[in-house]
Amino acid sequence: MTIPRWGRDARHIQLLVLILLLGVNLTAVDFGANLSAALVAVVTAVVTQAACSRWIGLPRVEWRSAVIAALSLTLLLRGDTLWVHALAALVAIAAKFFVRVGGKHIFNPSALGIAVLIFSTEHAWVSPGQWGNSLWFATLLALLASWVLYASRRTDITLFYLLSHCGLLLARAWWLGDPITIPLNQLQNGSLLLFAFFMISDPRTIPDARWGRLIFAVSVAALAHWLAFSWHFRPALYAALIGLSPLIPLIDRLFPADRFQWQNDTRKEGLSSC
Amino acid sequence: MLTSARVAALSALLLLQAGAAQAFCGFYVAQADSKLFNKASKLVVAHQSKGVGDHDISITMASDYQGDPKEFAVVVPVPTFIERKQIGVVEISTIDHLDAYTAPRLVEYHDSDPCYVPPKYSELGARTMAMSPPTGMGRSMPERYRGVTVEARYEVGEYDIIILAAKESDGLANWLTDNQYRLPDGAQNVLGSYIKQEMRFFLAKVNLDRMQMKGQSFLRPLQVRYTSAKFMIPIRLGTLNANGPQDLIAFVLSPRGRVETTNYQTVALPTGNNIPLYVKQDFGNFYKAMFEHSVAKKDMKAVFLEYGWDMAWCDPCSADPLKNSELVELGVRWIDSDEPKLYRGSRGDFPGVYVTRLHVRYDSEHFPEDLMLQETANKENFQGRYVLQHPWQGTADCKAGDSYFDGLPDRFSREAETLADLTGWDKAAIKTKMTENGQPFESRKSSGFGAFWRRGFE
Repeated sequence: MTIPRWGRDARHIQLLVLILLLGVNLTAVDFGANLSAALVAVVTAVVTQAACSRWIGLPRVEWRSAVIAALSLTLLLRGDTLWVHALAALVAIAAKFFVRVGGKHIFNPSALGIAVLIFSTEHAWVSPGQWGNSLWFATLLALLASWVLYASRRTDITLFYLLSHCGLLLARAWWLGDPITIPLNQLQNGSLLLFAFFMISDPRTIPDARWGRLIFAVSVAALAHWLAFSWHFRPALYAALIGLSPLIPLIDRLFPADRFQWQNDTRKEGLSSC
Repeated sequence: MLTSARVAALSALLLLQAGAAQAFCGFYVAQADSKLFNKASKLVVAHQSKGVGDHDISITMASDYQGDPKEFAVVVPVPTFIERKQIGVVEISTIDHLDAYTAPRLVEYHDSDPCYVPPKYSELGARTMAMSPPTGMGRSMPERYRGVTVEARYEVGEYDIIILAAKESDGLANWLTDNQYRLPDGAQNVLGSYIKQEMRFFLAKVNLDRMQMKGQSFLRPLQVRYTSAKFMIPIRLGTLNANGPQDLIAFVLSPRGRVETTNYQTVALPTGNNIPLYVKQDFGNFYKAMFEHSVAKKDMKAVFLEYGWDMAWCDPCSADPLKNSELVELGVRWIDSDEPKLYRGSRGDFPGVYVTRLHVRYDSEHFPEDLMLQETANKENFQGRYVLQHPWQGTADCKAGDSYFDGLPDRFSREAETLADLTGWDKAAIKTKMTENGQPFESRKSSGFGAFWRRGFE
């Protein structure tokens, strides 16, 4: 099977899948996303992307990654006012331009937006249980996401992360003497799959080398596990990802490899990664 | 309880607000409280977050235990050691009051005369109205009870309380069995899991002598308060009873907003639906059927939101709001007063009180884990509310009246469909009952020469 030209850039597939998931969320999930928040996030993200691109003199505005970050925020972040979504989108996109080490932005944009808003305001939260744990939905999401994996590169980190997370949950259940239904319930979670397939998999904000990605994925899973079970901290996944991201430059130094470039991205290194 | 007149007054004020507010008016006529459900336990959780991993939690457990008090025994896993001052008893009437205040409700409206033409808004003027809404024991145990430590024994009201720590599930199970706590099959594994999670065990039995001395004829709800990272409701021991699925109604009081489960989906029950008038005769039966149908639609894998509201007000009220003193009794320690006056919101920098009523039907297959909770900043109000819309009973000798009466059968059909969809009841049977109860499916046309002329010649 040949992949159509537009499908060779994983961002197009991501956009389609995220829009589809947003549609599912808007229609079938109580206390889920809402359309106004989605519009606010998308507009803020694109405007911030345009302003920052102009600020640093980029030849064109890379709107796709901005919209992807905004849609991820819409799917995962909840707020009781619309400015929560605007501020999260602003933080997510601006950090790509201004928080960089060696020409590479180190924080996953949407995870950073979520973490900053949750830690700094009383108005934001994430609802990890709201996707429901119906197996059919997990399967659907996994299938859609595997399409993204198929079209993208370096997303072996998703597999590393899911295996680590799954292993830790099973080990915990074995240690506690819990039935298998408990880790299965914990795994059948839409938010977990969104995190694994659409957040930690962002090829611009993960270690360049495979060994580095493996170490990073295992570390994120372990920290998230500790935060979730010892501190009962509900946004543990995002906090763990953001908390460990500053180690990525060090991991890249220990395990050097080529920097990721989106397909057809012909701009010079350093400017292209926004 | 608020009188009907007062409810009507509140409704009338809201009617002058934006369109959405209209959804909250109507006369409150009935409620569906938790007594409808067999095997339902009620739990009041007051929760205030002080930061990451730091929650002040108070859990009040209302038992529907009907048997001999001397047989009563309860084992509750708790995350920390509990001192005497952290345990209390609460009057059941306080929980019943909260139950009634948050209960799903039936409201009714009456259609106005279809021939009445209201004056234009400009003629009314710009009227706007605003709504403001121990004794430490630590003695050594014989080998049979290896790892078990009785950390404290307390006398609290009619209860004898023991706080137990354990290192091994075998020893704990032996200790409980030897002390007349009947453990269901599989309890040992669950106890072992709690032990490894460093949970203690809060045990309560009834002291008959003290109960007689105090002249108590029923068991009062027990309350335990602690500070912990674990904002959760332990349900696993409850799922081991082989009596089929059980119901839990949790009333969560918190300063910030709605509370939801993070490891199971929280779903809002259907609300605001117009249903046939005959439901008024047995609202409880309707609500029970609707809840059961909703549980089935979600494959018994969801926690249902029945009510979520700022406790400073209600509309329509199915019971008076609680008093400050009642809220404090239920563990709300963050408000500015404990006086026995109606709670009308907190003043100054004191946080408010938001109540979330969650209803879950659970068993070990569908709910293998305890319920993990989190407080959100969502302060939107939600109530389980069902509407009876009475048709106009007078004469309406005008064109608008003709089309009004012609439209009624369709409206009644929609109500029948809604009821069938909500409850799973047979639509034909619903329609038969509606016809028998004054909701026929033929148009009741106006009579007389005016109607004859309009229908024939206009």
